[in-house]
Amino acid sequence: MGKIFKFHNDLDTDQIIASQYLLLPTIDEMKVHTFESLDPEFPARVKPGDYVVGGENFGCGSSREQAPAVLKALGVQAVVAKSFARIFYRNAINIGLPVIVCKELPEAVQDGEEMELSLTEGIAKSGGREFPCTKLPEYMQQILNQGGLIASLNRRSDF
Amino acid sequence: MGMTIAEKIIARAAGVDSVRAGDIHTVNLDRMMSNDGTTHLTVDMYYNKLKNPQIADVKKMVFIVDHNVPSDSAKTAGSQKKMRDFAREHGIDFWEGKGVCHQIMMEHYVCPGELIFGADSHTCTYGALGAFGTGVGCTDLLYGMVTGTSWVLVPETVRFHLAGRLPEGVYPRDLMLTIIGEIGANGVNYQVMEFDGEGAKTLSVNDRMVLCNLAVEAGAKTAIFEADEIALEYLRARGRKPKAVFHSDPDAIYAREYTFDLSKIVPVAAKPDFVDAVVPASEVCGVHIDEAFLGSCNNGRIDELRVGAAILKGRKVAEHVRFLVVPASREVYLQAMEEGLIQIFMESGAIVMNPNCSVCWGSCQGVIGENEVLISTGTRNFKGRAGHPSSKVYLGSAATVAASAVKGEICTADML
Repeated sequence: MGKIFKFHNDLDTDQIIASQYLLLPTIDEMKVHTFESLDPEFPARVKPGDYVVGGENFGCGSSREQAPAVLKALGVQAVVAKSFARIFYRNAINIGLPVIVCKELPEAVQDGEEMELSLTEGIAKSGGREFPCTKLPEYMQQILNQGGLIASLNRRSDF
Repeated sequence: MGMTIAEKIIARAAGVDSVRAGDIHTVNLDRMMSNDGTTHLTVDMYYNKLKNPQIADVKKMVFIVDHNVPSDSAKTAGSQKKMRDFAREHGIDFWEGKGVCHQIMMEHYVCPGELIFGADSHTCTYGALGAFGTGVGCTDLLYGMVTGTSWVLVPETVRFHLAGRLPEGVYPRDLMLTIIGEIGANGVNYQVMEFDGEGAKTLSVNDRMVLCNLAVEAGAKTAIFEADEIALEYLRARGRKPKAVFHSDPDAIYAREYTFDLSKIVPVAAKPDFVDAVVPASEVCGVHIDEAFLGSCNNGRIDELRVGAAILKGRKVAEHVRFLVVPASREVYLQAMEEGLIQIFMESGAIVMNPNCSVCWGSCQGVIGENEVLISTGTRNFKGRAGHPSSKVYLGSAATVAASAVKGEICTADML
């Protein structure tokens, strides 16, 4: 079980990590500024295993990979949203952060509630209810299973 | 089965006869661009995460420092040095201080028919020349750099038929913001926007860049125009040749089709904090502004500087307004000097700055403070995009921005 941190529709990557922190040397230096414009306490309150829940078009805007990277570095277990913007979605898979499309859960849960997620079953549970999630295409699931795109590359014998 | 331009480019890059929307293909990338927004992380991963660090084809790589130029802090300087040293060590084409990455790419690299990855969301700009450019993160960029390849889920194409001609005083930026306002911030999520029709023929490469550049603000993977005589003339003038010129087949499949009559478009503005919060500019006239910005990969080319200068000529920037003018590249800057535009801006009281992303990305030049308001020709108006989280950004055309800078509040050019 993990706690839900819920955000609005069209949540853009500038809100996840603002531009002025992107050129800091490391993700660890950036992560203390995660969601600073919306919830400055987020980095202190989020615990490993917690979830970020969004609405439609989560992660729109800039291609900054720092956005999924700071969430992963803070221990966010997965991002669950009604839909994702394509670059954030692809970046998250590439770094091994599960991004799950679930049409019903975001409306049904409140910020601060508990939830759990079974990636293999494609089911999210919260408040005694079950919510079906859209399974990732097999190609992307494989990248995720191997720990991300670079981990999968390192397994190849030709590179 | 017929294919669209985007599908034909992916098929060529995948080395197959045909592709269909929804297929996943491994593709050979024609070029990869990376800027200082993420390259320091790419370099770290290259040295620290790869089992066998290598570059498939160094000639495909372009590194461009354009986001924080000149550097705003010692930490930024360190990140940029990492990028600069890596480029020099590996013989990668390297540009610094010479312009916004997409402008540099269009001036010097992009060719019709190419499949290009850029570690920047506005890489979709390259569709103005009939190329498939799309934004990726630094892990994708690294994978492409090492293998020369990547994977692509073939997107559906949505056709935007452009009819008529824009009225005087209305610009491609008004058109594209109108389209985004109508279809929404995820209106074409993971799809390609293909622009065609007689209206498309009235648009220059510069104009087409304005449209394609903002496609990501509607969620598109890319946007594309057919490489017609206008595009090929742009290429010839720069001594480049197309990789391939593709046309969409008459029986190509489109997910949806829209028609926009250019003659009906009016000056518009996007209100804070969403690019699709588009209203007629007349609805926001009178909003007090603290800063105005003319520049960016969307709207910092010679056409827009001419529009701005024509309005500023013989007028003064309002006393309480900082008006930032930022040519998109050195080439644009030199042209503007030759035409006397820089002189006009300086005499009006504008702050003319070096080519870079400037306040459009809100981390370096011209950042705005608590509760301040900016009117901008930049790409985005997200919450805090230009500085303090409580600050507000309105998006408008070069004409609306320049007129507002004079009046000190949002207004359209015809109101001066």
